[in-house]
Amino acid sequence: MEDNIRLLINNISVVYADVIQVLKGVSLTIRKGQIVSLLGSNGAGKTTTLKAISGLLKPENGKVTEGSIEYDGEQVQNSSPEEITRKGIIQVLEGRQEFKYLTVEENLRVGTATRWGKPYQKDLELVYRYFPALLARKKSLAGYCSGGELQMLVIGRGLMAHPKLLLLDEPSLGLAPLLVKEIFQIIRKINEEQGTTLMVVEQNANMALQIAHYGYVMENGKIVMESTAQELRENPDVKEFYLGTAASGALKSYRDVKAYKRRKRWL
Amino acid sequence: MEFFLQLLVNGISLGFLYALSALGFVMIFKSSSVLNFAHGELLAIGAFLFLALSTWAKLPIILAFAVTLIGSFSLGFIIERFFLRPLIGEELIEVIMLTVGLAAMFKGLLLFIFGGDIHSYPNFLPEGLSMQWGAIQIPSVYVATFIIGIIFLIIFGFFFKYSSQGIYMRSVADNQPAALSLGVHVRRVFALSWAIAALVCAMSGIVLGIINGVNVHNLSAIGLKVFPVVILGGLDSIGGAILGGVIIGLLETFTGGYISTSLREVVPYIVLVLILMVKPYGLFGLVEIERV
Repeated sequence: MEDNIRLLINNISVVYADVIQVLKGVSLTIRKGQIVSLLGSNGAGKTTTLKAISGLLKPENGKVTEGSIEYDGEQVQNSSPEEITRKGIIQVLEGRQEFKYLTVEENLRVGTATRWGKPYQKDLELVYRYFPALLARKKSLAGYCSGGELQMLVIGRGLMAHPKLLLLDEPSLGLAPLLVKEIFQIIRKINEEQGTTLMVVEQNANMALQIAHYGYVMENGKIVMESTAQELRENPDVKEFYLGTAASGALKSYRDVKAYKRRKRWL
Repeated sequence: MEFFLQLLVNGISLGFLYALSALGFVMIFKSSSVLNFAHGELLAIGAFLFLALSTWAKLPIILAFAVTLIGSFSLGFIIERFFLRPLIGEELIEVIMLTVGLAAMFKGLLLFIFGGDIHSYPNFLPEGLSMQWGAIQIPSVYVATFIIGIIFLIIFGFFFKYSSQGIYMRSVADNQPAALSLGVHVRRVFALSWAIAALVCAMSGIVLGIINGVNVHNLSAIGLKVFPVVILGGLDSIGGAILGGVIIGLLETFTGGYISTSLREVVPYIVLVLILMVKPYGLFGLVEIERV
């Protein structure tokens, strides 16, 4: 096995409440220091994939029933979130799950839970350096912050944990385009400067493929396409379905839509 | 005038006792949003544990006190581990109903072991603690309550506001999935809050036992007194618990002193309703932050 692999998901299936199968044989690889983006429409299983990695399936009564997840060569599927976070995998939840009644700085301090008792002052400074907007708001309750500030806050909170693998679930959700751009630039900066490996789940394929090194496309609980971000950006199907920049202006018939799915079936 | 001052002093002391006992309740509510109906029983368990250790086992008072606190702290852990942990992830109302069941169980157990009689502690508080101001005198037990109360309230205030563990506990109460995603050990937080709550309860149980005598029914009824106190102050506010405690304490003693002793149990509730009509989250309660 190559030793630059951070995470290796090998053919996992995920079932909720023992009956609802959401993932059917998903495999993907995340190399150290890379940004990997996972694209797909609603309900494709992107968030479930992230939760399978971070262990947050468990409280929701979900389970990895087949396959394995290897993190730095160690099998971690179905471990508890307490164990997984302490190994260095932190998931930033979708929809900005801030602690409303804690101040911004207290929110950030919760990020130190995996290394309780260690100094954190430097990390606070680091987060404020990436997100200067937070510094001005550090004493105010998170519940009164704007959506953009909150997205910065939850990413910063994840950084406080010194993650080796940071999983971001839809960081662009509900944000103004300019703000999305800013946040993605910061994500790239974090990756370059801190060497943090990142996995970004996104609907905003355009943004995600601009900063990612590698990308996967999911549909119906399966990976249907994978390639370097560069190639995905140029792939005609991705262009049409996810980037909205197809070459041909005319509407295509339903038969042509999802062409790669058919191609997949022929394989 | 002297009568008034005496009532004032009594009311404040009693209020501090209520505040101290409400602390345990606020502790659990703050971290897990659970209303603990077994609160009065936890008071009673602490009081009886101290009774058993000090009068039956004849341990020195300081040792008995320490062992009671350690015992209650462990009891809190045990309750969390065996009764509440299996319910993690279930609806909140189920957990609250469980505490009602726990209350019945503990009460039955205490009645079975100690019976329904009033027991009393040997007199151990130093006489020098009592204060005399002209005609007003404060018995030593009230002075002790006051001191213990202040110390603990300050400790808890700082703990929740500044310590990392306190912030983790608040984060769990605020947004449990997010706390889990950051690696906060949620089960440990619950266990710790129950343990601290049981410890504070034991302490106020002992003080109540010194004042009123140790009786299962009395002590568990005082657990109910916690509700007006915390609802008045706001369920999750330590400052609110203090103020709520003092207000209820004053109301009780003044009603008892000036109007009628039979009304003293009722008036606090009437005032409670009036205050809630003006401030529905209590005096210091968290106002729900809603983003529109």
